[in-house]
Amino acid sequence: MASQAKQGSQKMQEYQDMASQMRPRKPLLKNALWAFFVGGLISEVGQGVEWFFMQHGLSAKEATPPMTVVMIGLGALLTGLGWYDRVVKHGGMGGSLPITGFANSMVAPAMEFRTEGLVLGVGAKLFTVAGPVLAYGLAAAFVVGLLRLLITGGA
Amino acid sequence: MIFLWAFIIGGLLCVVAQLTLDLFPLTPAHILVLFVVIGAILGGVGLYGKLVAVAGAGASVPLTGFGYTLVTGVGEAVKTKGVLGLLTGGLTAAAGGIKAAVLFGLAASLVFKPKI
Repeated sequence: MASQAKQGSQKMQEYQDMASQMRPRKPLLKNALWAFFVGGLISEVGQGVEWFFMQHGLSAKEATPPMTVVMIGLGALLTGLGWYDRVVKHGGMGGSLPITGFANSMVAPAMEFRTEGLVLGVGAKLFTVAGPVLAYGLAAAFVVGLLRLLITGGA
Repeated sequence: MIFLWAFIIGGLLCVVAQLTLDLFPLTPAHILVLFVVIGAILGGVGLYGKLVAVAGAGASVPLTGFGYTLVTGVGEAVKTKGVLGLLTGGLTAAAGGIKAAVLFGLAASLVFKPKI
């Protein structure tokens, strides 16, 4: 029995070695370049939107929240039209990391699970990725804020 | 000038995310969570604010900017409300973005049919 199990694990090791040799290597440089240009371009669009709001009398700080809202709207719209998939396919994290990609991560599963109903399909799947992001983001902000309060005494 | 830096910094943040995805066994969702937490930490020590001042949307569009927004909100709420601000600050600052995302998300998933 024991030798059989040993033989099994040896075979598994062989298989894993073989699999890792056969697995296509990720084109690191190509992916990084695509991420740079797609991510940079989306940021540039955001900067353009922010500039537009600043032309209408908002300061740079005031212009950021409405810019975020516009970018989220664009991300949701492009996802709905089925175009954002292509942005992510080529841009990788260049498409996923910007706030438009965050909107995509909410809309895409919500659309896909529409058939499971409006509550447990759409309502729940909106938060497949946004849920963890909010949970850990809020937790991190709490901990960082608490530490800063303890260190600086609230200054 | 801010338009140039927006492209460069926004692009570079995505490159770091892409390399993290390619070199470590993580999913994009893990990386989004990681970057929000990193943004909150960098915001807490005051570095991310400087990046936003230089790169504008290049720093606030990537999801690190969301973490920065959360932690900045906590900081401001603590100043006015004290300890309670630790709980109310984050969501208050991010409320517009979160509510927009939920509303647009609901609307888009009701209006559009997925292409298979």
